[in-house]
Amino acid sequence: MDETEARTAVEEAITRVVPGADLTGLEPDAPFRDALELDSLDFLSFVETLSERTGLRIDEEDYPRLTALRDATEFLVARA
Amino acid sequence: MPSLGADMEAGTLQEWLVAPGDTVTRGDVIAVVETDKSAVEVECFESGTVGRLLVAPGTRVPVGAPLALIEAAGRETAARDRAAAPVEQPAAPRPRKAGQEAAPVPQPPVVHAEAGPLVRHLADERGVDLTAVHGSGPGGRITRADVEGTAHEGGRRPRATPYARRLAAELRVDLGTVRGTGRDGAVRGTDVRKAAHLRAGPAPAAAETAAPSAPARAPLPVPGRAGAAEPAAAAMRRAIGDLMSRANREIPHYYLATTIDMSAALAWLRARNRELPVGERMLPAALLLKAVATAAVEVPGLNGFWQDGGFVPGRGVHLGFVVSLRNGGLAAPVVRDADSLAPARLMTRLKDLVERARRGRLRGTEITGGTLTVSSLGDQGVEAVYGVIYPPQVALVGFGAVLERPWADHGMIGVRPVVTATLSADHRASDGAVGARFLNAVDRLLQKPENL
Repeated sequence: MDETEARTAVEEAITRVVPGADLTGLEPDAPFRDALELDSLDFLSFVETLSERTGLRIDEEDYPRLTALRDATEFLVARA
Repeated sequence: MPSLGADMEAGTLQEWLVAPGDTVTRGDVIAVVETDKSAVEVECFESGTVGRLLVAPGTRVPVGAPLALIEAAGRETAARDRAAAPVEQPAAPRPRKAGQEAAPVPQPPVVHAEAGPLVRHLADERGVDLTAVHGSGPGGRITRADVEGTAHEGGRRPRATPYARRLAAELRVDLGTVRGTGRDGAVRGTDVRKAAHLRAGPAPAAAETAAPSAPARAPLPVPGRAGAAEPAAAAMRRAIGDLMSRANREIPHYYLATTIDMSAALAWLRARNRELPVGERMLPAALLLKAVATAAVEVPGLNGFWQDGGFVPGRGVHLGFVVSLRNGGLAAPVVRDADSLAPARLMTRLKDLVERARRGRLRGTEITGGTLTVSSLGDQGVEAVYGVIYPPQVALVGFGAVLERPWADHGMIGVRPVVTATLSADHRASDGAVGARFLNAVDRLLQKPENL
């Protein structure tokens, strides 16, 4: 998976949890969980979608690396 | 017009999901009603044939007004009396006079669907594949008109085996885009799996071929009434304000708090979740809710209603939990019989209800009849919630964030994850000692998560 694909996967997973989320205003390093007001259930759905969509195993220990766009993208690229 | 909450005075009929002549069964969703708080699916409490629809879509009518006539066994029964009964706080065990019929027992909520049963039925009749229909109703719901429109356009239902159909729904694959390898090109289960696999694969090309095919499934539309965000938000603010003012005016609240060591619960969750795919992982909230439900069985004095000057214990523990909606405001869907659900099952219900609450897809029976409510503000990072009771209930349990804190145990200081549990309770119904017993039970239960 290259960076563009990973970034797309992250954005799509966010959009699925927060329909109509405005991703253009998100800083790559800002925690989107706060910006979009994701609660723990939303975040779980986000991780679930990401895992389904990429076929990657994502453990709870990995969650801290999935909180900002850039980190999450890099995580997927490294893991794939 | 049923009462969908103690504070509801009127509702706007948004859409009929049935037409005169349709056969309806108890529990079918027959209409969508817009309250000040949200769009709610209204279920039928009576079986029969729809006679006449008395209220046109877009009309606001007071609670108790008849919406439709349902003909049961040849005679007309005013829907007002039975079908969409104007019960206040419907499932509440209001003390009943002898001979009076018991409150309708709500059907166990059916698994989430994009279209009501009658619309599905219509789609079936017309041979329309619902996955290919674009829903124009609130929250992307598919309406009769959508199905009829599609049938008109000639959107035929692709040939597929029943198994393939079910699988396609589960895997969110649009059958219309799958090449069938069965007899006469019918889509088989393996074809669906293949299509789902292609879509899930990292190859973007495959993802793209699948994407445009599933317009109805693609990013879910913004909940409810994005267009009318301002007035709707204001109406909700007022509805919450009215109910909470009443609670504060009428209920003499008392408040208790305790700090609970969550090491055992979190360790148990971590070990369990490690072995499971993301979709089956559990959040601490599921354990907290289960502990509350079990404690409510042990200490029944907090589970129920204050009605007609007395405490009426709840029949079963139906746990409401507060969900904050994205465009502001709250919903409090109810997990029925929460005490008898395993935590994993509770987690599934929680996910389903929260998702649908945010998309304005809850049913009338899913937002009424709660016997005790839980408010968890942990995700907002605060330590404790001192809530206002949701009338006519007599208690509200609050949980703050699970945070690491210094913790003294056997003369030693260590760092533990802890959560502050609070109880707001109605002093007319119970005293502090009862509340203390309840919070202590919650604490004790959370120390043995494997038994929950």
